[in-house]
Amino acid sequence: MLAKRIIPCLDVDNGRVVKGVRFVDIRDAGDPVEIARRYDREGADELTFLDITASSDDRETMVHVVEQVAGEVFIPLTVGGGIRTLDDIRRMLNAGADKVSINTAAVFNPEFVREAAERFGSQCIVVAIDAKQVSEDPPRWEIFTHGGRKPTGLDAVQWAQRMVELGAGEILLTSMDRDGTKAGFDLGLTRAISDAVSVPVIASGGVGNLQHLADGILQGRADAVLAASIFHFAEYSVGQAKDFMAAQGIEVRR
Amino acid sequence: MSSVAVIDYGMGNLHSIAKALQHADERVEVAVTSDPDTILASDRVVFPGVGAMRDCMAHIAERDLEPVIRRAAAEKPFLGICLGMQALLEESEENGGTRSLGLIPGRVQRFAPGLADARGEPLKIPHMGWNRVHFSDPSHPLWVGIPAESWFYFVHSYYAAPADPADIAATSDYPGPFAAAVARDNLFAVQFHPEKSQAAGLRLLANFLRWEPRTSS
Repeated sequence: MLAKRIIPCLDVDNGRVVKGVRFVDIRDAGDPVEIARRYDREGADELTFLDITASSDDRETMVHVVEQVAGEVFIPLTVGGGIRTLDDIRRMLNAGADKVSINTAAVFNPEFVREAAERFGSQCIVVAIDAKQVSEDPPRWEIFTHGGRKPTGLDAVQWAQRMVELGAGEILLTSMDRDGTKAGFDLGLTRAISDAVSVPVIASGGVGNLQHLADGILQGRADAVLAASIFHFAEYSVGQAKDFMAAQGIEVRR
Repeated sequence: MSSVAVIDYGMGNLHSIAKALQHADERVEVAVTSDPDTILASDRVVFPGVGAMRDCMAHIAERDLEPVIRRAAAEKPFLGICLGMQALLEESEENGGTRSLGLIPGRVQRFAPGLADARGEPLKIPHMGWNRVHFSDPSHPLWVGIPAESWFYFVHSYYAAPADPADIAATSDYPGPFAAAVARDNLFAVQFHPEKSQAAGLRLLANFLRWEPRTSS
């Protein structure tokens, strides 16, 4: 049966992994290639690189990072951050990325998702959705931009469905309420989106322990779980996460 | 030095597969090409592809590559990947019915909507992620050295249904069994992406680069 996926996420600023990595066996804590290799060995199912470089002049650096990683690590690679044009997508795919994640550009121009899916195929178009809860009863979430600061008025469930209609092959769903809190995924949001769309959903935002990962699958019905800090700081290895999930009856690749 | 041509007909990103082939055997000469002479001069041919079948066949027609692909498939060790596997069958349901190359009897079908897993949860389409693969004949040279029930990475909404079960080289389950690989003479094709399937995938590519099948011609 299809395995549920664990996806470590690396934030990359000007070619260097940030948020610090504390593996004892890694000499250069900021080297994306070394960290990617490490996660690959631990059994990561995919890797996601988020380019947080402020200046678009420096984006070429990310292309080189992807080229280097793709030459050594043979699992799916997704690149997000600053993907705004078909040419941005083409450059990342040519460098060796398998998927790109489109976030803000989809909000400002939903047709971009359709154009991207038609040109490159839905299988490589991930739409990243940043959502915040705006009402508890009935539960309702809205799309926010600019790191969760700017509301758009768009309903998250309807938006996810629209993105899939336009050609998104996968949804990367981040709760802006939970991101960075280590309090666990927003399971209500995850479940609402996962039940509403036909394509796989990756849960993101808020992972603080291994139970959170399992909850994202079992209660949130996510197809994959993405986490950054619990793996970066070597609190847990990907292998430990898989053992934990398997013990709760979740099918994982080991 | 042996050589392998990865047929570039405008369907998807071929850099991953080229890099993985090079990694599987650093001495092999890898060409990503649409040039008929280069393809036919190579020792082996990889026929990749992602996307829709109609676009696939249209791109092949635009570049006049169908005779080249047929000749390579008759004469050389030939590896189809993903859409490159599906295109070997006779016809696909995709795009309202699309004729394909017809080198393996059978059709390509879409996963039926409304499928559910053992817990009763709805299955997502595409079938995306890692799934176990059951080899029909583990002694086939392309499976050598790969543990039984290994995991491979899939991304697809359609699957091949060969008419002759003897052509099925491996199956996977979603939720019922479907053909994860087909084999006939010098043809081998996989629905999954060996270039993204870590050690098992690299071993399959290395096996392909060493494979000396008897050709059908």
